[in-house]
Amino acid sequence: MTRPRSAAVVVALLRAQLRLELRTFESLPAMCLFSVTAFLLFHFGLDVDSLSGNLASGVLWVTLLLAALLAINRVYVADAEQGGFDAFVLSPAERSTLLLAKILVLLIYLVVVELVAVPAFAILLLEPSLWQAMPSMLGAIVLGDLGIAVIGALVGALAVRTQARDLLGPLVSLPLLVPVLLGVARWTAPLFDASRAGAVALRWPLVLALYDAIFGLIAFSLFDFLLED
Amino acid sequence: MAGDRRRRLRPNDEIYDRTQLDRFARRTHSVSAVALRALTRRYGERTALAEVTLSLETGQTLAVLGPNGAGKTTLLRVLATLLRPHEGELEVLGHSLPADGWLVRGRLGLLAHEPMLYRELTVRENLRLQAKLHGVGASRIEELLAAVALERRGDEPLRTLSRGLVQRAAVCRTLLHEPELLLLDEPYANLDPAARQIVEPLIGRSSGKTRVIVSHDPQAALKEADLVLGLSRGRAVFIAPPAELEDSEFAGLYE
Repeated sequence: MTRPRSAAVVVALLRAQLRLELRTFESLPAMCLFSVTAFLLFHFGLDVDSLSGNLASGVLWVTLLLAALLAINRVYVADAEQGGFDAFVLSPAERSTLLLAKILVLLIYLVVVELVAVPAFAILLLEPSLWQAMPSMLGAIVLGDLGIAVIGALVGALAVRTQARDLLGPLVSLPLLVPVLLGVARWTAPLFDASRAGAVALRWPLVLALYDAIFGLIAFSLFDFLLED
Repeated sequence: MAGDRRRRLRPNDEIYDRTQLDRFARRTHSVSAVALRALTRRYGERTALAEVTLSLETGQTLAVLGPNGAGKTTLLRVLATLLRPHEGELEVLGHSLPADGWLVRGRLGLLAHEPMLYRELTVRENLRLQAKLHGVGASRIEELLAAVALERRGDEPLRTLSRGLVQRAAVCRTLLHEPELLLLDEPYANLDPAARQIVEPLIGRSSGKTRVIVSHDPQAALKEADLVLGLSRGRAVFIAPPAELEDSEFAGLYE
């Protein structure tokens, strides 16, 4: 018996998941709406027109992280409820292909949300120009999204098999996401500094990259066991 | 018939004799497509399968009968590697489970209560995904859709199809990778007589495949089976060829 090509399996799983989202719109609209609404609430709740530095960075990343939880909670629901898990487990495909497909799905969701949320954040709350911050911010977005997606794909698989998945998902993933939040918020804080006085400390990109790599290894090591009975 | 008579085991009076159990297992293990020895599976405190022992040879059909909650579906899911046995030994297609599960998965087809297909995807999209998971070419999809007379509805989302059509799509999914062992849970459920005739050559006796069929219709199951397993509260009440079973044994099973 030969196993199917893993790349082909990942592409097929990714395509199926994106088709499901495009036909049901269960995650993306909710994530975008949540992000923009949160920025509006900060705008009126803090009674400020503009934020900068640490506060701006924290507001942006906490909002994106909470929006990501909406997708993390739902990313395996169709598989669990419609037998996709069983069909996948019954196939000879490498188990890690499902994890990789879900990481890519979450990454795509996050990028789409950021295309909506980051400009909204700049318009509603950010004091300095977003364009000036953008080149350096792209690195933070890539590593931050990767960390959220890896942890989300792992925790989502754990939570979806429990009855309290809506509670368990955030409860388990939020503590694991704190280092990601810390790294990405500290990384982008100097970029949002109105005076542009602060420089980006190299240690935060390194911390973030290291955390992503470690959690990536943990996720791929544990995922097989999460699919087992 | 003498050979069949020898293979008959009655759990209530002799199956718990370990010596006999071991002899039975040794005799049947090496040539079996499915071999269970004292297989036990629990859900928490509740025992769903208790020390079930049987052997099914390649090309044969095992019919599993029993009332609701008897452990029939659990048995299928254990054989399909979806559930781990808690005690006992299990061999499927010559491989010991759960240890060698990955060697077996691509060689068996499970037709369960749920179609294991995404409701929002079309039949073809679902089958294309399954084909990729099993490394099967796209031509096989059209071949199967034609075989179950579903080719004209293949581009409709599953949620828009009737239960009977969904069951036909599920049959396609089950057979896509040409499995050697079919695990069928009420395979003709939701199918009208015409549809049943359509799928019968694919999953029926004439398919020539080794099959384990769970059924609530004893008469239909007896026609298909080489061996019948009666389950009640997770225990094997009888394991015998259909010719050796008496009506009273069926009646007792459902009491």
